[in-house]
Amino acid sequence: MPDQQTIEHLKDKALEMRKNLLKLCHYGGWLHVGGDLSITDVMTVIFEYMLHVDPARVDWEERDRFILSKGHGAGALYMSMANKGFFEPKEIFRTYGKLGTRFGMHPCRDELPGVEMSTGSLGHGLSIAVGLALSAKLKKQAHRVVAVMGDGECDEGTVWEGAMAAAHYKLGNLTAFVDKNGLSLDGFTKDIMNIEPLDEKFSSFGWNVVNLDGHDVAALVDVVDNLPPVTTEKPTVVIAKTVKGKGVAFMENNYKWHAGTVDEETLKECCAELDTKRESERTLQP
Amino acid sequence: MTNVSLDFTQILGFQSAREVYGKKLVELGAERKDIVVLTADLLASNKLGEFQMAFPDRFFNVGVAEANMMGIAAGLALEGWVPFVSTFATFASMRACEQVRTDIAYVNLSVKIIATMSGVSGGAAGPTHSGIEDMGIMRGMPNMTVIAPSDPLQMTQFVEEALEVPGPVYIRLGRGDDPVIYHDQKIEIGKAIVAREGSDVTIVACGTVMRDALEARQQLENDGVSVRVLDVHTVKPIDTEAVVAAAKETGHVVTVEDHLTTGGLGSAVAEVLAESGTSCRFKRLGIPDTFPIIGEPHELFHYYGYDAEGISDTVKQILK
Repeated sequence: MPDQQTIEHLKDKALEMRKNLLKLCHYGGWLHVGGDLSITDVMTVIFEYMLHVDPARVDWEERDRFILSKGHGAGALYMSMANKGFFEPKEIFRTYGKLGTRFGMHPCRDELPGVEMSTGSLGHGLSIAVGLALSAKLKKQAHRVVAVMGDGECDEGTVWEGAMAAAHYKLGNLTAFVDKNGLSLDGFTKDIMNIEPLDEKFSSFGWNVVNLDGHDVAALVDVVDNLPPVTTEKPTVVIAKTVKGKGVAFMENNYKWHAGTVDEETLKECCAELDTKRESERTLQP
Repeated sequence: MTNVSLDFTQILGFQSAREVYGKKLVELGAERKDIVVLTADLLASNKLGEFQMAFPDRFFNVGVAEANMMGIAAGLALEGWVPFVSTFATFASMRACEQVRTDIAYVNLSVKIIATMSGVSGGAAGPTHSGIEDMGIMRGMPNMTVIAPSDPLQMTQFVEEALEVPGPVYIRLGRGDDPVIYHDQKIEIGKAIVAREGSDVTIVACGTVMRDALEARQQLENDGVSVRVLDVHTVKPIDTEAVVAAAKETGHVVTVEDHLTTGGLGSAVAEVLAESGTSCRFKRLGIPDTFPIIGEPHELFHYYGYDAEGISDTVKQILK
């Protein structure tokens, strides 16, 4: 078990990312803020605790590979990577969405060294991750391939083609996180297209399945610590139950906040709300 | 349908382009340890068995899942492998279209797509298996090179040439035996070949219709018409210079392809000619704006007017 200090540090990092995402939502403009906030804790643990990557060596052969299959979560990816030193946060705030920027609503590999793959169209990432994991196996490399997908994304048939192939090729070096926030663009996934039971589906496809609360940083850290070795035969999926818009009351579980912008006053209120929640959480610690 | 006797001084025998490239891949696989081959349950049809036998670790049959295959190929290419991906033209260009466009072309990855059963070469398999839009679709993607070899032996060189292209390459092949028409012809991607010289009219062709283009030329030469045959094997990037020269020097251009007349070679040539300001008599031959009826490939070439007889008739009409 990691020490409490590490957990608290990760929670502070997640708070910082949420505030930065809201700032970007104000200064940058149209952002997929709902889905960014739902993956914030997952992304914080992946980038701050799990991945072995080095901004000074983006082609380092032994680095872990990360694919943001739900490419509209680009804001969370940009913040995670900036935090690691891949680029300057101020460039994101200054240029996001503007003519000729390197930071669009979906990440582009050509523009941003360190982004493993351009993504945005849903249902593509898992197949690509399978290719990366196959390559690692062929080259007998020990790194992990990590993908973050959306639950709405799992409507796409290619997700299941990729899931089948990952199990068939025994890609134990592949770990997928599904951000199960229960919402896609038009509303609740259970109303639009029911994808449940997601865990049983992956399990029947031959995957090792973990269910957890995607905002429980300690639980996420615990899963990362206890992942099977890369030489294992089953790929692992972490089904992270999350809340779209997590942390900002009026955005939570509201499909209208799939994407949007906030004005300056709202930004201040949102940040204050996040700070208050984090402080009250801190005081609850034993 | 008329039977035209072949002049074997012009056509040097027949070979299957699929078998030629299958063998070439085995040869290259031994030299180039970075080549991997993927197929979607078309190992036998696309002549990949020898590669699988020789290099089982570098061969992946992903099952009937073309989109997934293109995504996996993209992942492998990101890691420095050079994937040769093989399926039917209709599936490569349509079932897996978005993966090809977004995962491969957008990122400019070195994935080589070998698409068989182009045009109506699948014959009675019908429109579900006819890759009749593929050149139009592939030509519309930035970074993509599109090739329709006209001579099966060209495939040995095209496979080598494709390896030199840093980005994706789409190569379409037919299904059957294709005529060998060149003696030691040097192939260069993007460089059209004047297959036969002539001064009254140019037949611009690519791929599996080259035999008919050459037969049409023979008939027309017998009638005293001097016919140039221009082999535009690379539909993108197209050899603008050769196309414009043909129009200027012969004044009449007929394009022939086993593909819809929209989107493919005919459209590419029309674009070049229109923008060059060169005036000439011009006609596109291929499948009109329709899904083809059932029949054997050559019956369909005849039905839609792009067999030797149809080409010859069209040339005579525009020369009037």
